[in-house]
Amino acid sequence: MSTLQEKLTQLQQKGSQDIKAASDLKQLNDIRVKLLGKKGPITEVLRGMRDLTKEERPAVGSFANKVRDALAEVVDEKKAELEQAKIAQQLATETIDVTLPGDQPKVGAHHVISQVIEQLEDTFLGMGFKVVYGYEVEEEKYNFEMLNMPKDHPARDMQDTFYITKDVLMRTHMSPDEARELEKHDFSQGPLKMVSPGRVYRRDTDDATHSHQFFQMEGQYIGKNVTMADLKGTLEFAIRQIFGEEREIRFRPSYFPFTEPSVEVDISCFKCNGKGCDVCKHTGWIEVLGAGMTHPNVLKAAGVDPEVYGGFAFGLGIDRFAMLKYGIDDIRNFYQNDVRFLTQFEKRG
Amino acid sequence: MKVSYNWLKDYIDLDVTPEELANKITLTGIEVEDTFHPDAGLKKIVVGYVVSTKPHPNSDHLQLCQVDLGADPVQIVCGAPNVAAGQKVIVALPGSRIANNEKIKKGKMRGEVSNGMICALQEIGFSTDIAPQAYADGIYVLPADAKVGAPVYPYLGMDDAILDLAITPNRADAQSMRGVAYEVGAVYAKKPHFDVAKPVETAKPVTDVLQASVAAEKDAPSYNLRVIENVKIQPSPLWLQIRLWNAGIRPINNVVDVTNYVMLDYGQPMHAFDYDKIGSKEILVRRATDGEKLTTLDGNEHELIDDDIVISNGTKAINLAGVMGGLDSEITNETTTVVLEAAIFDPMHIRKSAQRYNLRSEASSRFEKGINKGTVLTALDHAASLIADFSDGDVLAGILSPTKIAPTATVVEVSQERINHVLGMQISTAEITKIFKRLAFGVSETNGQFKVSVPTHRWDISIPADLIEEVARLYGYDKMPTTLPASASTPGILTPQQRRVRQMTQLLEASGLNQAISYALTTSEKASQFTLTPAETTSVAWPMTVDHAVLRMNLVSGLLDDLAYNIARKQVNVALYEQGRVFLKQDAKMTRPEEVEYVAGAISGDWQAKTWNQVAKPVDFYQIKGIVTALLDQFNLKATYRVTTTRTEMHPGRTADIYVGDQLVGFVGQIHPQVEKAYRIKPTYVFQLNLTALLAIDKQAVVYQAISKYPVITRDIALLVASDVTNQAITDAIFEKGGAHLKDVTLFDSYTGANIEKGKKSLAYTLTYQNPSATLTDDEVNAAFAKVEKILVEKIGAVIR
Ligand SMILES: [Zn+2]
Repeated sequence: MSTLQEKLTQLQQKGSQDIKAASDLKQLNDIRVKLLGKKGPITEVLRGMRDLTKEERPAVGSFANKVRDALAEVVDEKKAELEQAKIAQQLATETIDVTLPGDQPKVGAHHVISQVIEQLEDTFLGMGFKVVYGYEVEEEKYNFEMLNMPKDHPARDMQDTFYITKDVLMRTHMSPDEARELEKHDFSQGPLKMVSPGRVYRRDTDDATHSHQFFQMEGQYIGKNVTMADLKGTLEFAIRQIFGEEREIRFRPSYFPFTEPSVEVDISCFKCNGKGCDVCKHTGWIEVLGAGMTHPNVLKAAGVDPEVYGGFAFGLGIDRFAMLKYGIDDIRNFYQNDVRFLTQFEKRG
Repeated sequence: MKVSYNWLKDYIDLDVTPEELANKITLTGIEVEDTFHPDAGLKKIVVGYVVSTKPHPNSDHLQLCQVDLGADPVQIVCGAPNVAAGQKVIVALPGSRIANNEKIKKGKMRGEVSNGMICALQEIGFSTDIAPQAYADGIYVLPADAKVGAPVYPYLGMDDAILDLAITPNRADAQSMRGVAYEVGAVYAKKPHFDVAKPVETAKPVTDVLQASVAAEKDAPSYNLRVIENVKIQPSPLWLQIRLWNAGIRPINNVVDVTNYVMLDYGQPMHAFDYDKIGSKEILVRRATDGEKLTTLDGNEHELIDDDIVISNGTKAINLAGVMGGLDSEITNETTTVVLEAAIFDPMHIRKSAQRYNLRSEASSRFEKGINKGTVLTALDHAASLIADFSDGDVLAGILSPTKIAPTATVVEVSQERINHVLGMQISTAEITKIFKRLAFGVSETNGQFKVSVPTHRWDISIPADLIEEVARLYGYDKMPTTLPASASTPGILTPQQRRVRQMTQLLEASGLNQAISYALTTSEKASQFTLTPAETTSVAWPMTVDHAVLRMNLVSGLLDDLAYNIARKQVNVALYEQGRVFLKQDAKMTRPEEVEYVAGAISGDWQAKTWNQVAKPVDFYQIKGIVTALLDQFNLKATYRVTTTRTEMHPGRTADIYVGDQLVGFVGQIHPQVEKAYRIKPTYVFQLNLTALLAIDKQAVVYQAISKYPVITRDIALLVASDVTNQAITDAIFEKGGAHLKDVTLFDSYTGANIEKGKKSLAYTLTYQNPSATLTDDEVNAAFAKVEKILVEKIGAVIR
């Protein structure tokens, strides 16, 4: 072993110790420059090779390179270690309380009446119905006369209707839209399938269960071969979409001036499942909509031949749906707009 | 209509429980709202015999009664003034339950033992207005043959079940026991059996004592009178009283009770006059004269009009026909001769009179909805016969019938093919025939064509659709098939406008506003505030209250009402929007107002609430304007904001009108502080937009533009301008001379205060230039920028800093 090699071995030992002792990246760099730089001891050793024999030189040279590589590796390891420590220290100082509340964006609520309307619209859109919105201020002709409610019909009593003039009134139901659409529809283009949700008015004193303003939706399906069995099928499908597949549905006879036969549709109570409770007044059933086969007089009044065309119409109370669905016990909640009420329902902004 | 199950069983053989019957009727045609058992909840209430009574030693009104309950007599303390020895009474035993689930215990009253309680009818569940007047203030006395110790319920008809039928206007035939019996017969395929009674007449003809005439046959197409003499007014037999009180009618006396009983039985309202108090020997049915006065049974005097049909004695009105009798000719205990009336009056006139004087009654409701033409005289005879029986009276010979209707069946035709076409079924002719027969209709069929003869008790049936309904309901809605229509498919899609409105509501909610739905009817003042463009109001003719009398012409006032409602309930940071109609009459002569969709928003209080890391930030103009800009951006619309100082309800220094092109589409700003005060709200910012107008403008489809690959060049400019110069004026000027490549102008600083001359403000903008088809050079931009500097100095009076 030449003295040079011994010197290199010592250098490697001493250098490794120095590197490992470095306490920060700057110190490490200084050591690296000192050890491995152009003026460093290894370069010095290599320079001393001049004095060696031609035979000795390759062994010493390769040994020196090994020492240099080994030291460089130790430097890299130490560097990685110091960098890791530095980041760890930085992260430690950056630590925050992640349990503090976040800055929540303000999102408003969609009115529960609108939610129910849109759910119903979507159900019927899916069945190929269109959505129309008529006039809130209607002619009595469309609100009553064309719907088989002639002048002396009890439903036209002054106490029920807000009249503007003798012939103009606040619509009392959504049926006028059905008459208007019937009148307009071109049956050569196919059947008439529509729903019409909207605001209606009754001359009533506001209390927990009465409101002079509320929302209804009516719809109709008029074509060449639309039957009462189709009415049952269509409404059963729609009701299951809205109230759930597991609901039992029953149809029973009723009366509306604009349909015959007329139908009242009940679903099994979703609170007690038919056992009887306050919601269903202990009958196990909840009335959800009225319907029927469009009365021939209604078709005639709109200029549609009842011998050729026929179909069904249906109507329901949006407020009532919302009250049933959420157990809301005061209809005035819908129109007073207390934010503590509004924000209880699904937000979709 | 309250239907007694026991009474019904007199007419039809039933082997079902009242509950089963109720369910079956509900599912086949008439909704039974309730099935009520009068004895429900009562326990241990029996017949007692009062053996003796003596005064309570420690009370001046209590009696000590020895009561036989089937074993040794027991002592019961009783405070009723009418208790007396020899009475059969209602006794609630110790451990019994009386009305309202009250429990009776053995106890002492003022030192004396009481083994239960002697009851009044009210104490076992009778309503005060139904219990007979004679027992209103005391205990009820049972018939002498009541069995001591036996349950009391059968003696009072309390073992019955009462079905409460909700009668729809088309089924007025079921407002009578006989009508219900026909219906139940049809449901169960059973034939009802009815009894009829004809009075035994005296030799004396009715024409000896009374003449009758009808002025206009249309007003009273059937008018019939009988006279009964030597009547003794007394209580009706108990069986009849029971039928009345179970139907919710108070027993009065034998004459009045019979008129009510026959009305319940046949659906034929009857009226009884005291002959001696009519004041003449003549009855004339005519119209009232305007201003004619009549005091009705309830003691109220009415001023009549020419539209009212009255019964007169030839000179003055003694009865408001079909609605209510006159006080003067009322049956009293002194009545000896009764005039009994069975008639049909014009339904519309009865309805209007009943409404006009607020006198809706069991009788008027039946006249309004229809009367069985076939039983007017049958009912009259039945009533006369019962009165004669109960009062020892003599029915005079003959009926006075100045008008009369011959009852004829209505014939309606319908085909099997039509029935099956409407119902979507295949019902056989045999089955259809069977259903018509169950209804007691006459029916003949040839080749699927039915000729149906409808008897008078179903006057609601006149067209084929009526018959189809009968077939459907009696076949059973539940047995009908369930199908989906076989017609061609139709697209079920929202219109572009409907979709746009849904997107808009989503945007507003994502911006932090809650959707409100306010009342469209408001006060006249609020209806006219905040109008975008002037218009005339629309009012309802007979509002319920002035608060909801006029149709809104703006959405803002409703939102402010909502804010006030919240603020009064300590909810002070409130952000709302509403989308809905306003009602605008361009001139007062329009019959219907124009209905325009608007959208409006209102924000009050803090927009940003104070949190652990945020300071509270009250709402300001620029927040709400930002929401409006985002909304218009969604519609692809570029709006301009113009200063307005003329909107009287708005802050003159903080309000802008919003224009798209030259069209006014809305406004945004702060509510005038005085208006805020009037509404009791804090500083509030609002916007209101004409949504109909926005939807109409929003027609341009989005045009895609390729993203430019050439870089943008920006230049900043700082200006010192007079403080009343608007941002709009500056940006307008910049764009005026900005050149073809100026793409955007953004304000990035606005400053007044230290180092700025008074009456001036400093503004700084970034101008962004880009050429979509080439790289801009600095020289090009510098030249364009110089033109901008020049116009700002010359037109705006700016000092470039
Ligand atoms: Zn229930």
